[in-house]
Amino acid sequence: MSIEIRHLHKQFGSFAALRDINLKIHAGELLALLGPSGSGKTTLLRVIAGLETADTGQVLFNDEDATRQHVRDRQVGFVFQHYALFRNMTIFENVAFGLRVRPRHSRLKNQEIHERVTHLLKLVQLDWLADRYPHQLSGGQRQRIALARALAVEPKVLLLDEPFGALDAKVRKELRSWLRRLHDEMPITSVFVTHDQEEALEVSDRVVVMNEGRIEQAGTPDEVYEQPVNPFVYEFLGHVNLFHGRIHQGRAWIGDIEIDAPEHAEAEDLAAIAYVRPHDIEVDRFLNGDSALPARVSHILSVGPVVRLELTREDHQDRNLVQAEISKERFRELQLAKGDRVFIKPRRLDLFPHQSH
Amino acid sequence: MTTITLSHPIKIQQQTIITQEPAWVRWMLIGLALTFLALFLFVPLISVFYEALKKGVDVYFAAITEPDALAAIQLTLTAAAIAVPLNLVFGVAAAWAIAKFEFHGKNILITLIDLPFSVSPVVAGLIYVLVFGLQGWLGPWLIEHDLKIIFAVPGIVLATIFVTVPFIARELIPLMQAQGTEEEEAAVVLGASGWQTLWRITLPNIKWGLLYGIILCNARAMGEFGAVSVVSGHIRGNTNTLPLHVEILYNEYSYAASFAVASLLALLALITLAIKTFVESKVTPQKGKLSHEH
Repeated sequence: MSIEIRHLHKQFGSFAALRDINLKIHAGELLALLGPSGSGKTTLLRVIAGLETADTGQVLFNDEDATRQHVRDRQVGFVFQHYALFRNMTIFENVAFGLRVRPRHSRLKNQEIHERVTHLLKLVQLDWLADRYPHQLSGGQRQRIALARALAVEPKVLLLDEPFGALDAKVRKELRSWLRRLHDEMPITSVFVTHDQEEALEVSDRVVVMNEGRIEQAGTPDEVYEQPVNPFVYEFLGHVNLFHGRIHQGRAWIGDIEIDAPEHAEAEDLAAIAYVRPHDIEVDRFLNGDSALPARVSHILSVGPVVRLELTREDHQDRNLVQAEISKERFRELQLAKGDRVFIKPRRLDLFPHQSH
Repeated sequence: MTTITLSHPIKIQQQTIITQEPAWVRWMLIGLALTFLALFLFVPLISVFYEALKKGVDVYFAAITEPDALAAIQLTLTAAAIAVPLNLVFGVAAAWAIAKFEFHGKNILITLIDLPFSVSPVVAGLIYVLVFGLQGWLGPWLIEHDLKIIFAVPGIVLATIFVTVPFIARELIPLMQAQGTEEEEAAVVLGASGWQTLWRITLPNIKWGLLYGIILCNARAMGEFGAVSVVSGHIRGNTNTLPLHVEILYNEYSYAASFAVASLLALLALITLAIKTFVESKVTPQKGKLSHEH
């Protein structure tokens, strides 16, 4: 089922949680709503579910207006951050709940309920816990049961609110790839909220980056990571280095480096910030031909396949730290040690005019 | 669960080592507390039963089976039987509204629920006399329609309801607030109706807290003296509750009979305590579980 959101606005007192949100979620898609806390992502998810009503705007399910539809008629599955399992029921009864509360005429027979619940418990690989109570389970197990419970009613849409937020790093990683696989097997339109950019990029088909109640960018993980549309998305997705410089009539200057910036042909001597990912920084021992920025190695972290360097710029402009990532081979080739002088050059960068605020 | 049971004793041990006081301090404090308890709780309690049985078992049973005493027992039970269920419904409804919804005037409602705690019961009784009494606001209208509230059973029931309003609501509000609304939301998303959510999710989650509230409410309903005394009129065999009956007998110098009836109330208190202790043991792990989950 596809979801469409049109001009959604939601106000909590003087705080605008959502401002004119427009979004199309395609059928069968796994979409991530990514943003810092207070960005409105959870509110948006709850409005889609019907747990919250927007002040203005529409929510459409399969092109039909569902704005006024009650939560219980929307046929959505919702997974809560803190699981919200029914503490007074066994795991089996938790999963069976949605089937048992149906009106008598559409309720399944006991035997069928039993079969479906057992099937779902097997799907989440926890059928051996059927007779336990929620408080006897670990966090990861509870979250899988919460998912099974949501799937039991065969929802048209699956909504997950920070599903892995309360779990430790290892379990979170496991559940992440498990959710991805589950979605590949059962392609239900799914929306999940997260503040973890790695999680969003790794699991989803498409990422919607939100900030202060607005959508900053929507796109595939590659798009939002490789082509961020503004400084916020750049800074929120992954590590990034900031270089202050100037742009003038299609040319940009950062320290001694001069580069073409055709998209800023109109600019008349403007302050600008260049964003460069750590892996897009070239590190060399010598200045070979082109201009580069002198820097000194202040820290080396060489655990894993990638070596992370912390460099201090030596030119007078700004002495901020620059993070660079180079491969282990390159690191051996350069034979770098702490305190060494190097030259750095951005391989690829994005320029944004500096907003003074 | 095992990690929790393991970590607890260790914690307690550390605490006792840090907060260890010299032996004489500990014994002095314990001794003080025990003396206090003995003087103010155990001695009076024992004396009630001692005085009640001083003139023999026959006098004791005669005192509690004479018609006026039986009438008092019946009236006390009636008042409690009406007040407790009404406050049960009101308490659950009020706690549900306060804990699970945001609305204007919420603080006023909480204050109103606490009012019977802050107002002297005698004043509460007087309010009813002022409203329903002969010279009261509704007095003439009530006489016209031949309705009797003050110095009659309805007045006693009303006064009892008033003084017992806070017990159940007060017990439930913090419990329901701690539990939050996520489980209810989950139930509704899964297609449950309002009633199904109440019966299958909300009530089972608060059952022990609710029972605890009912016990306290019942104890107060049966033991209330001040408010009931004002509206009762002390008509023997008619508008006398157990506590009022005790007072009348005492004022008439029939000490043995007075203490015999009083021993019934003391017995009720002991039973209440026993049930309360049992229920508390059920409530506490529920609360513990809660804090562990979040």
